[in-house]
Amino acid sequence: MSNATATAPNYELIQRDGLDTGLLEISMGPHHPSTHGVFRMDVKLDGETVVDLQPVFGYLHRNHEKLAENMSYLSSMPFTDRLDYFNSMTNNWAYALAAEQLIEIEIPERAEYLRVIMSELTRLVNHVSLVGFFVNDLGALGTPLLYAFREREKILDLFEQASGARMMCNYFRFGGLRNDVPEGWLDRAREVVDRFPKFLDEYEKLLCENEIILSRTQGVGNLSKELAISAGITGPMLRASGESYDIRKVDRYGIYDRFQFRVPYSEGDVGDCYDRFMVRMLEMRESIGILKQALDGIEDGPVLGNAPKVFKPKPAEAYGRIEAPKGELGFYLIADGTPKPYRFRVRPPSFINLTVLRDMCLGQKVADAVIILGSIDIVLGEVDR
Amino acid sequence: MLQQFPEAEWDEAAGAIIAPLGQALAVAEWLLGQGVDYCSNVTGVDYLEREVKEKVTGEDGKMETVTRTIPSRMDVVYHLYSMQKQTGPLVLKQRTNREQPQVQSLTPVWRSCELQEREVYDLFGVDFTGHPDQRRILMWDEFEGHPMRKDYTEPFDYEWEPTPHNEILDKHHRGKVIV
Amino acid sequence: MTTPNTSPGIDLDDTTRAELERAGVIVSKVDYLYNWARGGSVWPLTFGLACCAIEMIASATSRFDISRFGSEVFRPTPRQADLMIVSGTVTKKMAPQVVRIYNQMPEPKWVIAMGACAISGGPFKQGYNVLKGIDRYIPVDVYLPGCPPRPEAVLQSLNYLQEKIRTQDIKSDPAFTVGRRQYPVPEFTGTDLEPPYNPEVWQPPANPNAQPLEEATA
Repeated sequence: MSNATATAPNYELIQRDGLDTGLLEISMGPHHPSTHGVFRMDVKLDGETVVDLQPVFGYLHRNHEKLAENMSYLSSMPFTDRLDYFNSMTNNWAYALAAEQLIEIEIPERAEYLRVIMSELTRLVNHVSLVGFFVNDLGALGTPLLYAFREREKILDLFEQASGARMMCNYFRFGGLRNDVPEGWLDRAREVVDRFPKFLDEYEKLLCENEIILSRTQGVGNLSKELAISAGITGPMLRASGESYDIRKVDRYGIYDRFQFRVPYSEGDVGDCYDRFMVRMLEMRESIGILKQALDGIEDGPVLGNAPKVFKPKPAEAYGRIEAPKGELGFYLIADGTPKPYRFRVRPPSFINLTVLRDMCLGQKVADAVIILGSIDIVLGEVDR
Repeated sequence: MLQQFPEAEWDEAAGAIIAPLGQALAVAEWLLGQGVDYCSNVTGVDYLEREVKEKVTGEDGKMETVTRTIPSRMDVVYHLYSMQKQTGPLVLKQRTNREQPQVQSLTPVWRSCELQEREVYDLFGVDFTGHPDQRRILMWDEFEGHPMRKDYTEPFDYEWEPTPHNEILDKHHRGKVIV
Repeated sequence: MTTPNTSPGIDLDDTTRAELERAGVIVSKVDYLYNWARGGSVWPLTFGLACCAIEMIASATSRFDISRFGSEVFRPTPRQADLMIVSGTVTKKMAPQVVRIYNQMPEPKWVIAMGACAISGGPFKQGYNVLKGIDRYIPVDVYLPGCPPRPEAVLQSLNYLQEKIRTQDIKSDPAFTVGRRQYPVPEFTGTDLEPPYNPEVWQPPANPNAQPLEEATA
């Protein structure tokens, strides 16, 4: 397995008869519509073929960790919303999970259920918009993205009713949730969840066997299982490469051990862009299954344990991780007995998933590099923090 | 593991293994052979020199307060998991000095360290020997200093502003004054 | 704008003009026509920086539908865009690129600073890599607060911008008077950007309680 390290193939310049071929260097980004934000790729091209690619980071480095080390534990909670700004609920949960290891605190039953409901709704939001953006990168300007955002708005309305904000929910607290959901919210959530499969059917019919999508994505951006594990790839991208590793199943954090769900993964040892796309489509179906079980099982009760707002944990270290929609999101906290964390570290899934971007793009066409980047599913707020 | 590497220490408080100096790569390769195939998280931790006051019971049975100095150090922390066995985490630390921190890069063992070790180099200034591509990653290339270190002083770029942000006003009073 | 209309002739108020239009008579000024056309077809730049970009995209989707205001044509290249929506945190590493993109836009051009971060640094103001407001380097027309602002707020800021465009006077319009506005691109130094702000565009607010430098550092 160790031979899978840092072995990008040496690319030889294609020689054509009588043609003086030179390499073309292009800086894609930081302002480029296909880079999903302010990411930059320095690409070397031979004709249209990518012969070298260097990702450049840091254009959205907002000093998350430094700021969090200068404020109390709870004050960092709204900042975690802005890490991966599609999925504020799961970010909250990962941070709450890490901090709850430092202070022993019991979480009420209803809060656990609502946490699962919120994070699975978030997974739907993330995957549906990712598929929209991904198809947008393929050239299908507009339509699939508009469909995706139409569904996203329905779920964002639910978030807004529960937490007061569409995107930056700041809804989780150590020991539970900030407030209970309003009256009738669960019924409205059930309505959205029940209608979602119908939309998915339509979406799948539109996309999954589309000739253009098949020919543009199959066999593009191959990632072997061996390299994926060594490079720390997590989330749908790892499962598309054939490893069925899901932290919801492995760690069984929260109350995930109570739900029946399957982990979709690709059967082969190599995953391409189409696999990554399909794994996400299938994951949405499983999320709907979890949501239905959770909405059936939830009971009345308190949603917040008696956690103090400012607390001084004993000197200890904690690492809490969850299966965020993009992969393993972890928070590493070191407490030193003061109300502020001594060290606050975010383990960002989309940053580490970019490790293999170069390996996947070498030898592909430049237009395919855009798709490969789209299929990794990055959010720059999390990549650069 | 402790049998294999007798010099490795077990840090009870942190729940971590501290790799012996200069042997981290060997430890990592041995771990990989044991099925620890997934390195999740790499980060640095900067400890300044500090004094702690401890209460010690003396020989005559009286409580005394003793001041002890903990020397400064720099840790590089690895969180390891096994995907085959679905176990973890195992926390591995490399400990080095603060002034000229230098540790062995574990990128040859786990590829996922590549970008994260670059980040630790950028923000903490730890030199990784054997890293294939050690450059700044988040800050620009001309940048001086390592901002995540505890004694890093930020550039003064605040001006007075009519807000109730106390900390900013404090900073303003402490530092330079832009009128 | 500052220069009043000194040209001889009729200066119509809005109600009289509307009445005449109902009667089938269009009496107009070049200014009015020009601004009407410009305000109704502001093409924004596809320029997402951070979280706010997602709400900017949401304002273009079917629920909010920015095309009702004539701005649905998001252009990826600055050469074809009229409006730059600075949507998100501008870091020091990104600031030179933002100024460069602004310089590349043709006149007339406008800027909306969207979200707390673009206005002042927002929640990340204390970060060592965060610019404390994009108005330090380029002139901003509309400030849109929020973290992030809702898509409705994006539409309202566009309305404000259109109102501003309607009051423009061709004679004082920089597009005709000075040509394309370009501002110096800041450069990286070891710790910060140089210069820290563009004095032509922005000056720090005067501090009524300012102490002399010697006293403060003593």
